[in-house]
Amino acid sequence: MSEENYSATAEIGALRLRRSRWQRLWISLSKAPPTAWFGFIVVAAYIVVAVAAPYIAPHGESEVFAESYALPSSEHLLGTDQIGRDIYSRLIYGARNTIGLALVTTILAFLIGGCLGLVAAISRNWLDQVLSRAVDVLMAIPALIFALMLLSVFGSSAWSLIGILAVLDSTRVFRLTRSVAVNVVVMDYVEAAKLRGEGLGWIMRREILPNIMAPLIAEFGLRFCFVFLSIAALSFLGVGIQPPTADWGSMVRENASLIQFAQYDFKIAMTPMIPAAAIALLTVAVNFIVDWFLHQTSGLRDE
Amino acid sequence: MNPIITTVCKRLALGLATLVVVSAIIFSSISMMPGDFAQAILGQAATEDTVAAFREELGLDRPAIVRYFEWIKGVAQGDFGTSFSGRAASGVDRSREVVDLIAPRLWNTLFLASVAAVVAVPLALFLGLTTALYRNSAYDRSANAATLTTISTPEFFVAYILILCLSSLWPVFPSLANVDASTGFLDRLYKVALPAMTLTLVIVAHMMRMTRAAIINLLASPYIEMARLSGASQREIILKHALPNAWAPIATVVAFNLAYLVVGVVVVEKVFTYPGVGQLMVDAVTTRDMPVVQACALFFAATYILLNLTADIIGIVTNPRLLHPR
Amino acid sequence: MSKGEVLLKMRDVRIDGFSDERWHKIIKGVDLTLHRGEVLGLIGESGAGKSTLGKAAMGYTQPGCRLVSGSIEFEGQDLAQMSDKEKLGLWGTRIAYVAQSAAASFNPAHRLIEQTTRAADRAGIRALSESRSDAIGLYESLQLPDSKHIGERYPHQVSGGQLQRVMTAMAMSPRPDLIIFDEPTTALDVTTQVEVLAAMRDIVERFDTAAIYITHDLAVVAQMADSIKVLRYGEEVEEAETRQMLSAPEKPYTRSLWSVRALEKEENSHDDYILSVDSIDASYGPTQVLDQVSMQVPRGCTVAVVGESGSGKSTTARVITGLLPSDAGSVQFNGELLPRRLQDRSREQLQKIQMIYQMADTAMNPRQSVGEIIGRPLEFYLGLSGAALEQRIIALLEMIELDASFFDRLPEELSGGQKQRICIARALAAEPELIICDEVTSALDQIVQEGILKLLLKLQNELGMSFLFITHDIATVRAISDEIVVMFQGKVVEQGPKSQVFSPPHPEYTQLLLSSVPEMDPDWLTGVLQSREQSQEHGG
Repeated sequence: MSEENYSATAEIGALRLRRSRWQRLWISLSKAPPTAWFGFIVVAAYIVVAVAAPYIAPHGESEVFAESYALPSSEHLLGTDQIGRDIYSRLIYGARNTIGLALVTTILAFLIGGCLGLVAAISRNWLDQVLSRAVDVLMAIPALIFALMLLSVFGSSAWSLIGILAVLDSTRVFRLTRSVAVNVVVMDYVEAAKLRGEGLGWIMRREILPNIMAPLIAEFGLRFCFVFLSIAALSFLGVGIQPPTADWGSMVRENASLIQFAQYDFKIAMTPMIPAAAIALLTVAVNFIVDWFLHQTSGLRDE
Repeated sequence: MNPIITTVCKRLALGLATLVVVSAIIFSSISMMPGDFAQAILGQAATEDTVAAFREELGLDRPAIVRYFEWIKGVAQGDFGTSFSGRAASGVDRSREVVDLIAPRLWNTLFLASVAAVVAVPLALFLGLTTALYRNSAYDRSANAATLTTISTPEFFVAYILILCLSSLWPVFPSLANVDASTGFLDRLYKVALPAMTLTLVIVAHMMRMTRAAIINLLASPYIEMARLSGASQREIILKHALPNAWAPIATVVAFNLAYLVVGVVVVEKVFTYPGVGQLMVDAVTTRDMPVVQACALFFAATYILLNLTADIIGIVTNPRLLHPR
Repeated sequence: MSKGEVLLKMRDVRIDGFSDERWHKIIKGVDLTLHRGEVLGLIGESGAGKSTLGKAAMGYTQPGCRLVSGSIEFEGQDLAQMSDKEKLGLWGTRIAYVAQSAAASFNPAHRLIEQTTRAADRAGIRALSESRSDAIGLYESLQLPDSKHIGERYPHQVSGGQLQRVMTAMAMSPRPDLIIFDEPTTALDVTTQVEVLAAMRDIVERFDTAAIYITHDLAVVAQMADSIKVLRYGEEVEEAETRQMLSAPEKPYTRSLWSVRALEKEENSHDDYILSVDSIDASYGPTQVLDQVSMQVPRGCTVAVVGESGSGKSTTARVITGLLPSDAGSVQFNGELLPRRLQDRSREQLQKIQMIYQMADTAMNPRQSVGEIIGRPLEFYLGLSGAALEQRIIALLEMIELDASFFDRLPEELSGGQKQRICIARALAAEPELIICDEVTSALDQIVQEGILKLLLKLQNELGMSFLFITHDIATVRAISDEIVVMFQGKVVEQGPKSQVFSPPHPEYTQLLLSSVPEMDPDWLTGVLQSREQSQEHGG
């Protein structure tokens, strides 16, 4: 290319074919590793079970049958628990309760932490200082311990569980949102928008948010896992979701003593292991998806 | 003054300030209790007089700031107040001092955490270092999948799997870790084998992943490439070029995970009914025994803050920019 | 010049790099021959593969790259066939490497002298007792200040220019046969660059070391190299002896490497000022960065603000736009006083002053299409919408020599020059009277720079626009400006019409700055050093 026939249109752009977003999504999905596919399938299955719980479960959530500790049979696929409730049905309802609660909590945490984080990143003034120091202090207390303390103050109900975990978790969301947003705020295009005279809302919505979505989505997956595990742990400890609501963490605790019988009846000993495995399977699946997603969006082929 | 000393002092002051604020939060939790909690604790049969006497004992009629300083003064002298449990509606008080409840359990918890840490820290650092060096090898990939699975698994599931395998099916270790003051060291070690193993598995997974990421980050520095281009062997690169700069990130990783360990103790103690602070706290939460909850929370929070403080200080004193100011 | 025996012989070297999930060709079959004591300049624009080729001369490929084929014979041994262990025996002792960013390439945990002598000590080149004194000797010949003790310091304790010289000492310490200099002065300020270049050239000559000098700046390489090889897209364009290359390049591409230097604008100067900045003070926190800065922009003219990093030229732009409220002084636009803070300015005031940034990459929201980017000011200031908006966007695209096919593209689908053009279109969309250009061409390749500068000149002729043009590149200043403001450490050194600033007598700093800009003359560096020596003798 010499000076004479130079033209701006002919300049070689980035070597990237033009594709719509859906096409790109499809292409990267089809290239996704088996672990990610495994994750997608598992998550989809859990969602179906959670949504359709009343149609799938053969018995009611807290329906009590005459025989407690019944062995697995065609009537009770996994037997009954210590007061005679059908374990298989409770397992299915447990999906709905535990996942639903964790999802609501995570969304709430993102609404609180995300909004405050964005505001702090853009304003960078006293408000940012106050919020950041407050978050530092809240994060100086381990989350599980803080949650235990607050539960003893407010009592164990589903609402206090959601409120407490959402607030505690929003501190992590705040930190992440603030730190990724700060990197975007210093970009020249945000400065250009300020120079144009755009308002705060426009800058947040149109300039910053689209550019921090990827890390926030990944964090949503991780935070969901964390909340989900916290709820399971608290329920396991007996201070989370209260009976008769079915929940995987408490199901593990209620049936834990059955493990002792493993030598005599392996099937029975599996009773507490199934809800525990159900918890683990979902978090593994979400983690696999997040792992793949991070790999996709970071553009790091090396890591 | 030497910038190292000033920076360390600043960090210490910050740590102390955090501790004060955290203690204030923990203290004020009792004020957030619903108004009728005194009645609830003493039982429906309690007379108004007993309830009033109990409220007065707690000093709920005096200003919070005064009570806070009294509480802090007590804490500094090892007095955490008296437990709510053991009080009866009749006004008979059989409650125990919180410190008597906590003190023996404190050592149990620290013992369990130390055993887990002694195994977990060297193991995790070794695994993290080797996976970083042999990145993308089959070894690294399988370690990655294994640790990702472990960190996604609730602690109690790991614990029950261990119980299932090493206690029920193949009885090697006891599934109940019932130690007391008279248990000898070796016996104690034997009894905490399963809880310590559970904690180790969980912590190693976290710590290994973080160590690996920190080392990979370090090895990507331009000065490492420069060292390679000036003929340094792999061994020299690791020992002379990477390691002196790795202390701060490694200290952060270790402290972070030890802090995590201290929290993980709560669930594990409950599974193995190990008489530690974690189990005490969970029981106290169930009965809403606030003085005990506060004392336990303060113990966990203080350990957590202290560990993070240590990591930061190691980071400060190994930073060449601060060690050798301009 | 008599050539010694062949030291390095690369034949048909091909290297691939891995990105976007596939292998791309980076080097497409390049030959290279280097004799003992010869300095070869390797020149090319970004993406030409010059750095990859330079490292390949050591038998090294970066992670993510692979040597596909070819031979790299160093003293007859083929590095391409050697094991890593054998190569380690050569690296640092027989072949040394000087990196672009000295600050990042020194290990922060060790003293400079340890790092300087390590390779030589490892190989047992000389007794340990002598290696320190040898290093000090090298520091001395590289004219490092306090050469006896500077080695005791840590990397963060010395300046960038000094660090670059220490790295040269480190490379020279084992007395290698070959040194690869990889853009060693690119990160330095122009006045620092002169000293570092002189020190490097001197020491290479003294020890008769062969060198490959990689850079994108032809004027720099002209001072250093005996012959020059031009690379483009991983292929050789031409190679020739330095003087011949400069006086009679064979390929038009080679000539385009200094095309900006050929641009020249007729000076236009008057005193109808559209913008006048009067004794501005400004600070970041407690640090004062601007001290009584005043400058004027005549209507329809281009004022270039020149200075090195830290001179306060970009801060001046921030004060004019209101991003950084000044501590004292005033900014008048069209005779009207502008509020100091951005928030207090009216939409009309904001509309009339637009800004174009250095990095077009970060100046455009990667999630917005070209149409959205250019369309926003049209909506915002002019209230356009629908078909009128679309028509105007296409008209603007044509004005910047692109076309309607760019409407839906995202920034990542554009080349560097196209991105900068879109940024210009966004500024034009607001129908401003003054555009502030902050180093708008310095991140671009020469030929693209020329295109952008021509476009700006054309727009000025057609629309009567005024420009405040911030740059550190004197060639660009010659090409585009009517008036020049020289800044140094937050102060204005001088302002005047271009012809006046470029002709002597100069204030001291202007003299230093102008004399430090490398020229397309192999004797330039020698000349500068001689004249500086003379003036020092006269002065002291």
